[in-house]
Amino acid sequence: MNIPENLKFTKDHEWVKVEGNTAIVGITDFAQSELGDIVFVEIETEDEELEKEEVFGTIEAVKTVSDLYMPVSGKVVEVNEELESKPELVNKEPYDGGWMIKIEMNNPDQVSELLSASQYKELIS
Amino acid sequence: MQKTPLNEIHKQLGAKMVPFAGFEMPVEYTGITNEHMAVRKAAGMFDVSHMGEFWVKGPGAFDFVQYITSNNVAGLPVGKAQYSCMPNKNGGIVDDLIVYHYEEEKYMLVVNAANIQKDWEWCNENNRAGAELENASNRISLIAVQGPVAVEIMQPLTSVDLASIPFYAFKVGDFAGIENVIISNTGYTGSGGFELYIYNEDAPKVWEALMNEGADKGMLPAGLGARDTLRLEAGLALYGNDLNDSTSPIEAGLGWITKFVDGNDFISRPILEKQKKEGVQKRLKGFVLEDRGIPRKDYEIVDRSGNIIGEVTSGTMSPMLKKGIGMGYLKKGFWEVDTEIFIRIRNRDLKARVVKTPFVNLK
Repeated sequence: MNIPENLKFTKDHEWVKVEGNTAIVGITDFAQSELGDIVFVEIETEDEELEKEEVFGTIEAVKTVSDLYMPVSGKVVEVNEELESKPELVNKEPYDGGWMIKIEMNNPDQVSELLSASQYKELIS
Repeated sequence: MQKTPLNEIHKQLGAKMVPFAGFEMPVEYTGITNEHMAVRKAAGMFDVSHMGEFWVKGPGAFDFVQYITSNNVAGLPVGKAQYSCMPNKNGGIVDDLIVYHYEEEKYMLVVNAANIQKDWEWCNENNRAGAELENASNRISLIAVQGPVAVEIMQPLTSVDLASIPFYAFKVGDFAGIENVIISNTGYTGSGGFELYIYNEDAPKVWEALMNEGADKGMLPAGLGARDTLRLEAGLALYGNDLNDSTSPIEAGLGWITKFVDGNDFISRPILEKQKKEGVQKRLKGFVLEDRGIPRKDYEIVDRSGNIIGEVTSGTMSPMLKKGIGMGYLKKGFWEVDTEIFIRIRNRDLKARVVKTPFVNLK
């Protein structure tokens, strides 16, 4: 199971890459493998201000639907449009082409509340 | 948790195992979509040993099966199989099943895994014909090989001419060195192929022989996940989703296996005959989403004004159509083909259209 050291994680199996005041968010390798074939990613919150732990979208696998949660508070400034036609990128490249949103954080201190790679590894083991 | 004789093999193949109907079963090996497409384009092999098998024997066998099932067993010669259902006393469905006429005065009923205990009790309570009943579910395994190249994969393993077995017929013969295998031209995918009934101890040998034959012909082991998407694309109902104790076979579109002919005095016949004559208030129908989204069981179906007109009983993203497809019960007035309906998904009403099933042309 791939858990990149340079990322932060949530207990809801999202990963967060922090670049300055921006947080890039996707779901982890573990999450995509548990869900199986992803067939639909629905994110309709672009330009919205959302609180940490609010739902920013949903992800549908063949068998199940899961909500996607904001790992930190802020404004959804960009959505990965490519997932509309290629939802399978979430399975194939969960940490690269499968990224979902970019958040302009309004409370960057929340980053310290996220899990480290080793904490996340412990969570899923 | 029960295990089929192929449990270890599934785990060695890297299957994701899940509890299903009291069994630990493979839901997928390499991915549901991948397995689905393998069945449509080449072949897939399924362990469906969790299914139940009851033998019905003796002088009362015919009368028993005729009474407990809705289809007409009088028209079923030895060597043929028949899709049917067991109505309950209120016109609902105890289970859907396949009836095999194995030999004179001997039938095999193949029932859903989740219903084995319920069906067994039901059969015993309604055995007024005094047939000899035997629950062989724990001794018999079932392997299904489905898809356009299934016959090519299977033929080298048997002396039985598979091409000579029509749809919904079977022969008893050798397979992979095992004698007395029931080789049945049936399935639950819409892509053709055969199902093999074998004793538990022979299941691993048959599975491995098929894996060897199928490996270079594009065959993949396929799990319950693909089985569900395949049966739905083929427009086949699933008990527990589309059929249950309170849906009638007439409502479910199973009028074709509910035969109101002389000599077919089955449970609830008067109720169902009345429904057929006077019509029903809801019908099970297929629909395709025109908006982007995936229908799921229990989602509401509404009309343009948002009034509830039905509910989804099965739904998925069709791997062939790449669209959301589903089945559900629709109120009278909304079930005609081409009717515009809306599926309520996360508080949004997404446009869908009633269609004829199967959803995909599999010829």
